[in-house]
Amino acid sequence: MIPSTLEYTKASSIDEAIAAVQAGARPLAGGQSLMPMMRLRLAAPGAVVDLGGIAELVGVCEDGDEIAVGAMTTHRAVAADPLIGEHCRVVAQAASGVGSLVIRGRGTIGGSLAHADPHGDLPAAILAVGGAVIARGPGGERRIEIGDLITSYLTTSLADDEIITQVRLPKGNGRSAYAKFHRRAIDWSIVGVGVAIGADGVRAAATGVADRPVRLAGFEAAINGGASAEEAARAAGEGIDPTADLDGSTEYKRHLAGVLAAQAHQAAQG
Amino acid sequence: MGQTITVTVNGTAHTADVEPRTLLVHFLREQLTLTGTHIGCDTSTCGCCTVHLDGEPVLSCSVLAVQADGCAVRTVEGLSEGGELHPIQQAFHENHGLQCGFCTPGMMMTALGVIEQNPQASDDEIREALEGNLCRCTGYQNIVAAVRSAADQMARS
Ligand SMILES: Cc1cc2nc3c(=O)[nH]c(=O)nc-3n(C[C@H](O)[C@H](O)[C@H](O)COP(=O)(O)OP(=O)(O)OC[C@H]3O[C@@H](n4cnc5c(N)ncnc54)[C@H](O)[C@@H]3O)c2cc1C
Ligand code: FES
Ligand code: FES
Repeated sequence: MIPSTLEYTKASSIDEAIAAVQAGARPLAGGQSLMPMMRLRLAAPGAVVDLGGIAELVGVCEDGDEIAVGAMTTHRAVAADPLIGEHCRVVAQAASGVGSLVIRGRGTIGGSLAHADPHGDLPAAILAVGGAVIARGPGGERRIEIGDLITSYLTTSLADDEIITQVRLPKGNGRSAYAKFHRRAIDWSIVGVGVAIGADGVRAAATGVADRPVRLAGFEAAINGGASAEEAARAAGEGIDPTADLDGSTEYKRHLAGVLAAQAHQAAQG
Repeated sequence: MGQTITVTVNGTAHTADVEPRTLLVHFLREQLTLTGTHIGCDTSTCGCCTVHLDGEPVLSCSVLAVQADGCAVRTVEGLSEGGELHPIQQAFHENHGLQCGFCTPGMMMTALGVIEQNPQASDDEIREALEGNLCRCTGYQNIVAAVRSAADQMARS
């Protein structure tokens, strides 16, 4: 289908983009989620502002104890980035499994977080390392931890006039990995789990088991308490209540979360 | 309200008035009557609409025509030169890489993007690169064989 009538502007600076968003425009990043939604008329913004011309939103650099990733950095660039690979491998791996090669060349890390799909891979991977975003609006900048950013299906705590400018990834998560299960290469994860072995223990976060990415508290408690990965996998379903749908039953998805957590934990050690 | 854009398609500059909501694929098919680029879905899942935008393979159903203003687009119609098939077309022909042909333009544009970026691509890399292109006919084996043969042919020439 054809999207409904809209106005298009391309911002050349963050301030210009914020002014457009303040006037009611929807940010357009890689378009890999927004455009299909507009074609299906699930979204019908009266105006969009293209963030594709803002150079300072693209790129990866070190900043103290964190890696700063520009919101418009593509999945392909995140997957191949040496800094992210070294310090937050789970995020690079999650990015490398998004959609297809062509989709990864346009879809962005900021768009994935703002879109907040309950089956998105990046949100779970970034939750596993305890990342955050920098949001900027007319009143200035604020930092939002990933756990506070995504509040429900396709819903975030961003204000209507804020855009994500940066994603912050804490260093020290080199020993980490992402495991996902899906039926066809192009499909979204039915369930995906990111595991990071950090200085303060193992963190595990899953996508596809709730209306937002969640920590797998049962798995974490078991593995940090000295349980084997197999035992911990059995505890992964504690505290999560995934919705049964065509992909599988609640029990099946709980089981999948445990299996994937154990796989990711194993891979994170190597 | 229309917006004026200039897009260089297969080497020819086209200036046109488009509604901002026009998808690049609709601009190519309906305004420029380049119907080689196909539409197979509404969800950016099938890959039929793949074209090159400034050298990068993109799904032309997920890009607005206005976003291509000032850019160079290459479509399947831009592959053959002077009546000679492009090596990727020749390889699909020789390896029986198509049956109904609906997916073929997108397959060839994605494959060409891969070969141009990674001339030494292994069969596994070729398969992975084509993960976003659905074919309902061939079973993919002959498509991979065609891309392999085109990559080898292009590396030799
Ligand atoms: C066939 C297919 C398969 C896919 N498979 C997967 C998968 O397996 N795993 C996965 O995680 N994703 C998958 N995706 C989603 C894709 O990776 C998108 O890249 C991602 O969800 C959105 O990023 P984008 O840059 O394309 O954002 P857009 O589509 O441009 O925008 C998405 C939303 O975020 C908002 N937005 C974008 N950028 C910002 C910003 N900086 N600040 C504030 N708001 C912003 C937009 O207004 C819009 O509401 C798939 C997509 C397709 C088409
Ligand atoms: S028409 Fe199906 S991916 Fe574009
Ligand atoms: S040849 Fe028919 S869809 Fe591929």
